[in-house]
Amino acid sequence: MDFWFFLEVLIGGLLSGVMYSLVALGFVLIFKASGVFNFAQGAMVLFAALTFVRLVEYGVPMIGAAVLTMIVMVILAIVVERLVLRPLVNQDLIILFMATIGLNYFIEGMAQTVWDSNVHVLDLGIDEYAAFEVGQAFINKFDVMAAGVAGALVLVLSLFFHYTAIGRALRAVADDHQGALSVGIPLRHIWIYVWSTAGLVALVAGLVWGSKLGVQFALSTVALKAIPVLIIGGFTSIPGAIIGGLIVGSGEKLAEVYLGPFVGGAIENWFPYMLAMVVLMIRPQGIFGEKIIERV
Amino acid sequence: MIYREAGQFKTSYNSDQAILPIFQDRVAMVLMLLFAFVVIPIVANDYWLGSILVPFLVLSLAALGLNVLTGYAGQISLGTAGFMAVGAFAAFNLQIRIPEVPFLLAFVWGGLWAALVGIIFGLPSLRIKGFYLAVATLAAQFFIEWLFTHFDWFTNYSTSGVITAPPMKMLGIAFNNPLNKYLLVLSIVVLLAFAVRNLVRSEVGRAWMAVRDMDIAAAAIGINLMKTKLIAFGVSSFICGVAGALWAYVVLGTVEPQAFDISRSFEILFMVVIGGLGSVAGAFLGAAFIVLLPILLNNLGSLFTGGQVSTGTISHIEYMVFGTFIIFFLIVEPNGLARLWQIGKEKLRLWPFPY
Repeated sequence: MDFWFFLEVLIGGLLSGVMYSLVALGFVLIFKASGVFNFAQGAMVLFAALTFVRLVEYGVPMIGAAVLTMIVMVILAIVVERLVLRPLVNQDLIILFMATIGLNYFIEGMAQTVWDSNVHVLDLGIDEYAAFEVGQAFINKFDVMAAGVAGALVLVLSLFFHYTAIGRALRAVADDHQGALSVGIPLRHIWIYVWSTAGLVALVAGLVWGSKLGVQFALSTVALKAIPVLIIGGFTSIPGAIIGGLIVGSGEKLAEVYLGPFVGGAIENWFPYMLAMVVLMIRPQGIFGEKIIERV
Repeated sequence: MIYREAGQFKTSYNSDQAILPIFQDRVAMVLMLLFAFVVIPIVANDYWLGSILVPFLVLSLAALGLNVLTGYAGQISLGTAGFMAVGAFAAFNLQIRIPEVPFLLAFVWGGLWAALVGIIFGLPSLRIKGFYLAVATLAAQFFIEWLFTHFDWFTNYSTSGVITAPPMKMLGIAFNNPLNKYLLVLSIVVLLAFAVRNLVRSEVGRAWMAVRDMDIAAAAIGINLMKTKLIAFGVSSFICGVAGALWAYVVLGTVEPQAFDISRSFEILFMVVIGGLGSVAGAFLGAAFIVLLPILLNNLGSLFTGGQVSTGTISHIEYMVFGTFIIFFLIVEPNGLARLWQIGKEKLRLWPFPY
């Protein structure tokens, strides 16, 4: 086996894994704070990226576009909390899950009705194809940038969760809804904060993925790739999302390169799920998930 | 007044556990079957039979299969379309390799293969629960799709990429016009629906519901979890497999993996949730809702806008309306259309003197 080639594949996989983590992070935030598996995260990524890119096309400077998009995502969070989550409090998980699939359809439709369904080029001023050499391995500069952004985002979110009042409230809600309510934490506000944060994560993920793939409908399917990431890392853990992403990214690239040729290729599509299944067989709550305790 | 069950005393266990214990229900069922078998073939035209009723019936069957697993046994599955694909491809391959086999037998063969694959992918359910299990079934979905796309053996090395389903012939009757197809599908669906209804009142069905409500408690009262869950996966996948074979043979006329992608799985899950989890009637109501709503929206869309707006935009707005409807339904009646139907019956029971 050629060592440098192996290294190149591995690093490429790890870096693309970080990008999966970015999407998975949005899922984790919402699941932690409200116990909802938000299937619409992918649609939110699409919506945020489309809003941003269209604003830029209308001549709004990038910073302004980002701020405006963020405002739109906050409004979306408020609307979702008011019209979808609040009436569905105390329903079964599957009902909430189905509701977010409905939301997914709605946001996908809205994003393409309000803006359009063409492919937009998003140029953040980074050359996609530039690479630098480590030994004999080529490493894509853009992927390194993306990984840096993801790492920074996770750091900021972790600090936010640990050192601010809102962060502490979020953690309290995640631990115990009833307990949080009884010490006076307003659950509804918390949900709005969480969905807004998930909106911010969606915006960042949308920008990174959008400049890699072009801003288009396919962005919303990135969410499907994030599901095994979540499962491997555990639904409730932010570091888990990152580690899970790294495992999935490197695993699928290595499997594609080294196993793919023997079985006809294109195994990237199902390999992460099989990997997730194997991990679950060993640890049913994922690597970093909280232990599932059941009482009769 | 119309709907009265007072005075219907049950004097034996058999009558107490009948599939339809109430007299009016039996009458209604006979009337419905008469309507479906006699009236519809007379009044419906080919468009309705071929493009709406047949797909509706086949998707109801798939929803029925998923309802066994998700509604009765409580195991969430996102791999329904994958199991349907197994049924379709197994039936197709049997007929291609042994052309003498009658197509009904091929459908059963397809169902059995789907059941086997379902049981294999159901094995993780012994250890994993809830959403984690949903991911295991997603693995089934993507793996099966990939398998049928990448191994030419399954498509009989067809070079064109379009695989025509073999013609359906039995006892000298060719099932090639919408009416024949409709009657064929209807018979299969009615048969399997009664089979499911029968199964869920049996020991197996009760064990499923116990596992759904709380599997630890079910295990504590002596229910064999492994057996129960795997039977649920097997039965559910069998029905889905037959539905898949019907979808390929009757509705599409071609056997192709693209017809069984992930969005089909979601579609069927929607039918089950909107129709009502754990209800045979719910599978049919849900399928009717999901099949008819897009057609209705499409017609309304072109009616209101008069062709001024591009079809792309209309389809996006349809998505929005569809999503809104689903959320609305879940908020108003999380137990599904079957529950609304039940409430309606309760009201009729008291009408016109409610208290």
